[in-house]
Amino acid sequence: MLYAILSTFLVAAIAPAVHRVTGRASGWVLGLLPAALFLYFLSFLPAVSAGESIVLSWPWLPGLDIHLSFLVDGLSLLFALLISGIGFFIVTYAGRYLEGHRDLGRFYVIILAFMGSMLGLVLADNLIAMFVFWELTSITSYLLIGYNHENADARKYALQGLIVTVGGGLALLAGIIMLAMAGGSYELSEILANGDLVREHALYLPLLILILIGAFTKSAQVPFHFWLPRAMAAPTPVSAYLHSATMVKAGVYLMARLNPSLGGTDIWFTTLALFGAITMFTGVFLAFRSTGVKQVLAYSTVMALGTLTMLIGIGTETALMAAMAFLLAHSLYKGALFMVAGILDHEAGAKDFLQTGGLRTALPITAAFAILAALSLGGVIPLFGFVAKELMLESVLEAPGLVGILTLLAVLTAILGVAVAAIVGIRPWFGARVETPKTPHHEAPPAMLAGPVVLASLGLIFGLGPGLADEGLVNAAAASVQGAPVDGYLALWHGINWPLAISAFSLVAGGLLYWRWEQARRALGWVDRAAEYGPEKGYFKMMDGLVWISEWQTRVLQNGYLRYYVIVIVAMTAGLVGVTAQLFDVSVGTVHFERLQIHEMAIIAILVASMLFAVLTRSRLGAVAALGSLGFTVALVYVLYSAADVGITQVLVETLTVILLVLVLFRLPGFLNLSSTALRLRDAGIALVTGGMITLLMLSTLDARLFDSISQYFIEESEPSGYGRNIVNVVLVDFRALDTLGEIFVLALAAIGVYAMIRFRAEDHRR
Amino acid sequence: MNMHSLILRTAGHFLLPLLLLFSVFLLLRGHDEPGGGFIGGLVAAAAIVLYLFSMDIRSARKVLRVDPRDLLGAGMVLAVVSALPAAFLGQAFFTAQWWEFTAPVFGEIKLSTVLIFDIGVYLVVIGSVLTIMLNLAEAED
Repeated sequence: MLYAILSTFLVAAIAPAVHRVTGRASGWVLGLLPAALFLYFLSFLPAVSAGESIVLSWPWLPGLDIHLSFLVDGLSLLFALLISGIGFFIVTYAGRYLEGHRDLGRFYVIILAFMGSMLGLVLADNLIAMFVFWELTSITSYLLIGYNHENADARKYALQGLIVTVGGGLALLAGIIMLAMAGGSYELSEILANGDLVREHALYLPLLILILIGAFTKSAQVPFHFWLPRAMAAPTPVSAYLHSATMVKAGVYLMARLNPSLGGTDIWFTTLALFGAITMFTGVFLAFRSTGVKQVLAYSTVMALGTLTMLIGIGTETALMAAMAFLLAHSLYKGALFMVAGILDHEAGAKDFLQTGGLRTALPITAAFAILAALSLGGVIPLFGFVAKELMLESVLEAPGLVGILTLLAVLTAILGVAVAAIVGIRPWFGARVETPKTPHHEAPPAMLAGPVVLASLGLIFGLGPGLADEGLVNAAAASVQGAPVDGYLALWHGINWPLAISAFSLVAGGLLYWRWEQARRALGWVDRAAEYGPEKGYFKMMDGLVWISEWQTRVLQNGYLRYYVIVIVAMTAGLVGVTAQLFDVSVGTVHFERLQIHEMAIIAILVASMLFAVLTRSRLGAVAALGSLGFTVALVYVLYSAADVGITQVLVETLTVILLVLVLFRLPGFLNLSSTALRLRDAGIALVTGGMITLLMLSTLDARLFDSISQYFIEESEPSGYGRNIVNVVLVDFRALDTLGEIFVLALAAIGVYAMIRFRAEDHRR
Repeated sequence: MNMHSLILRTAGHFLLPLLLLFSVFLLLRGHDEPGGGFIGGLVAAAAIVLYLFSMDIRSARKVLRVDPRDLLGAGMVLAVVSALPAAFLGQAFFTAQWWEFTAPVFGEIKLSTVLIFDIGVYLVVIGSVLTIMLNLAEAED
């Protein structure tokens, strides 16, 4: 399992090389990996459908109780199969769709890395590992949405998606840490077994809110739904993959996964059912009034995500069965439809439904399978989408509360859903031939047709034989969401009942709506104006605010005047030391002035005299020389107290500092006194306060002994374990070598920084 | 920058090899007597800077042979490499490894990863001081 997930990252690393070697065939070659993974996951199927769940674990950070552990049960296996299966079609599809694009190699890298992250996310058993993969999917999807990085919109909306999902990810991190505290473990398998522990914990409400923020942002629930349609700036294979089977479903996965532990409470039901239902309706409504091919599909994905959230919220056995069936159905038809959208764009250059019409003769195979997938989207018998929709309606009618509003929204969604399916399934293919930007000369290549054909056909096969999907995986998946075995089953025909009546009614009403599509869209023009005040507006306002704050704080703190930097640092130090000293009631130790010897007094006198000279002199060279003498006298102090090494270092550093200052002095303009008396008094004040504070600090350490000094250990161990008599050196290069490594690293960085400053200034002047 | 002082120039010529030798001496004795990589590096850097003052920037760069930035990199690499043997032996990172043996002329010799680390420090110190000094001096012209 570990190697299965790592293999995606390894193959991602060599993907550009593979692409160079194999050229046109690269999509098929790289597609071997997801295909192999699919077969590998398939090998778990017999055990999992029998109701087993398998935990595989590798130690990662054992000290922190973080393991790289994987959980294979119905839910995670369903996702893993979808991710690897659809991944195969996407990779082969992209090989042809993006053929000749100069960054195709880079595309393979990111899409395979994304696939690996997604697999890790759904299979992880450890919460921290899951979070790491969660964030990896956000980052890789950012790179995928912004794939056409020379396009300003692609960059902007990639960033939007990243900020929304990563912002939610932060909330999620806090949420899962609380969850681990409440559940007593970081292992999902253990938390899920102790659901009551979490539900009765004092942290239940905050952790629920935080986790839901994470899930809602990722799965584009209202009010975070706006980023998903914007993410359509990505190349079509990406949209087909991220926005059908994978990334946007991560939030749904999380809610489904945690259902046994978090679900079953009133707040869980109300929040998920309401937000889900509203998202469902918003999505389908916006889909109905969009005309862009990918926009329509993206909004209908929002609809699907809302439906799934609502069903998980309802949480009855039927609802969970419906959720899993709907998840499978949606992944199949939406993956197919997005790939069809890519074919429309690739062959006919059409990105908008208004530009299309009558294409069935030019693209017969595409048309046939697009219609099949659209039928599933509309929930028409005998497609698998119908099975899922019937179950959905049934569970809404039997919901434990809010039946009225949920039913209303579900019926409206069903009607509009049929209309949207008609837009997708009828508009481009039938009617009069509309002149498309490119005239399709031939059917799409096999690599691009494979996905729609197989996925749409599966929708039909599962519809005719729901037992296949049911006994295979859907039952097991619903069982892992419920946390207990389910005894429901999927069926195409439930007899004459309310859901069937609603379906039939929505078919008719949806058909009528499609017939009057143009008029209905015009009548809904006000939505655009209203949308200007929607949540996306809030997002842009927030981004502007962030930019404003960072501009403001840069102006104040990073203003380019060294003196202000020094003031901030020094005043901050003094302030923090002062406050801490007050808080902890630090006392000043005793100083024994009477023990001072005559040569020590002389040294102090020299120190004070050079200090005063440095402050008062008007000559720069004089000040430098005075500072030098100060430094040498300090070195003398070191030597007096038998710290020979420190003394020598001090002498050398002082020498070099003076040389350095002399070199710089030549570059300074003549000495001018520009500061007013007030400014000088302020600086003197800060200097005095800071100096006083540091002095107090030194004095207070005289008597303070919080811990035993470690020097005794160093002195004793220097020769026996460090093989050296010079304790200072042994400490530097052996006992505390890691510190020294850090210090020389800083030294090197500082030198490079100075180098860059000098060099780039010099080059600027030359220009 | 050229000081045109005959005394300084002559002294610089003779002091440079002596000081460099002294810096290596300080580096090697550091573990038992005052000295070590940091101090040795400072002495070596000071030696080059003295030469820079007595001659000019071009001769200083020539006598150094390599760009001081390369010394920075080489030093960092040595310092990090010295930590690795312990990791391969399954001990804690940076655990010192010692090899003692007697060579015909030199008598008893102690070699260690600690010495490699100290040489790394030595090179980084020379590199960073000279990167700053030489570039400042060059910007002067």
